[in-house]
Amino acid sequence: MSDPKIEGLELKPGFKGMAQDTSSDQTMFKGVHWGKAMMWIFLLSDTFIFSCFLISYMKGRGSTPVEWPNPSEVFALDAFGVPVPLLLIAIMTFVLITSSGTMALAVKYGYEKNRKMCGWLVLATALGGLTFVGMQAFEWSKLIHEGVRPWENPFGAPQFGSFFFMITGFHGTHVSIGVIFLFIYAYKVFAGHYDEQKRGWFTSMKGDYVEIEILGLYWHFVDLVWVFIFAFFYLW
Amino acid sequence: MSEIEKKDQASTHKIGIYLWIWGLLFVLSFFSYMVDWYQFQGLLRWSLILFFMFLKAGLIMAFFMHLFWERYALVNVLLWPMTAIACFVFLMVAEFQYTVFTRLFYFFVGG
Repeated sequence: MSDPKIEGLELKPGFKGMAQDTSSDQTMFKGVHWGKAMMWIFLLSDTFIFSCFLISYMKGRGSTPVEWPNPSEVFALDAFGVPVPLLLIAIMTFVLITSSGTMALAVKYGYEKNRKMCGWLVLATALGGLTFVGMQAFEWSKLIHEGVRPWENPFGAPQFGSFFFMITGFHGTHVSIGVIFLFIYAYKVFAGHYDEQKRGWFTSMKGDYVEIEILGLYWHFVDLVWVFIFAFFYLW
Repeated sequence: MSEIEKKDQASTHKIGIYLWIWGLLFVLSFFSYMVDWYQFQGLLRWSLILFFMFLKAGLIMAFFMHLFWERYALVNVLLWPMTAIACFVFLMVAEFQYTVFTRLFYFFVGG
């Protein structure tokens, strides 16, 4: 949506446009910021990594004759003395979706060059992500206290722990990295680096609000992965 | 890119579309939580989980990640590799069925 229109290179819609874009002996994705294209390629490779984790989880869970721990009991949380199934996980899901929504709005306001709104929304996204990581740390320590280890657990099949720590840990790492970058970018937005086209630390690239969209792609991807983890690991 | 003339003001979408998608994601997440709350079991549970999951994933990719508005080349580059993942899932389903069969066979029938 944000890609600058290049005079004389408007792509036709559908497969004709795709043919135009890929077949003219120059660059692909004409007019797309290279950082954005590269972020998409990175996310594609990350998709494969998470797919491998989830597929190995499927294989592990499917091939064990021992009963798998019931996630809605393992992840239940006591609220006013009553165990509520998956309570924390549900809250985490809503927090992550909220932060995804604020990020989408931040991208929109970034392109409208609304510095203040964009900055506040990126900051809100960062705080949402931080809340998520905090709740995940709580969840991990709760399970570790209950005796869940990568090699054993009191609830059922011993593979449960290794898949749980591997998958949620890898996702949590992604969220943590995202939170760090969100705070940095919130600072950069507020400081006006994108309005002044200030160059970054490791690049000679001029600052532009497209960087907020690139960061947004990463953040939405983290939310996207959580959708799959929530479905396959916690609900299944 | 400086030699190519480009529009200064990029077009953006109305805020309504983002708020709509946001609300839908909340509702869908609530529904998928309800699947667990009411303890649906068996085929109904799995199909509902998958339905809400793919709907949510589709909404996030199409509108939050702007794929709906992106050029076709990018959409195709991103979505075709997913068929490889689908193949991998298919292979590993066959594999785990075989593994659990041999395990049970040797546990109970013996080698």
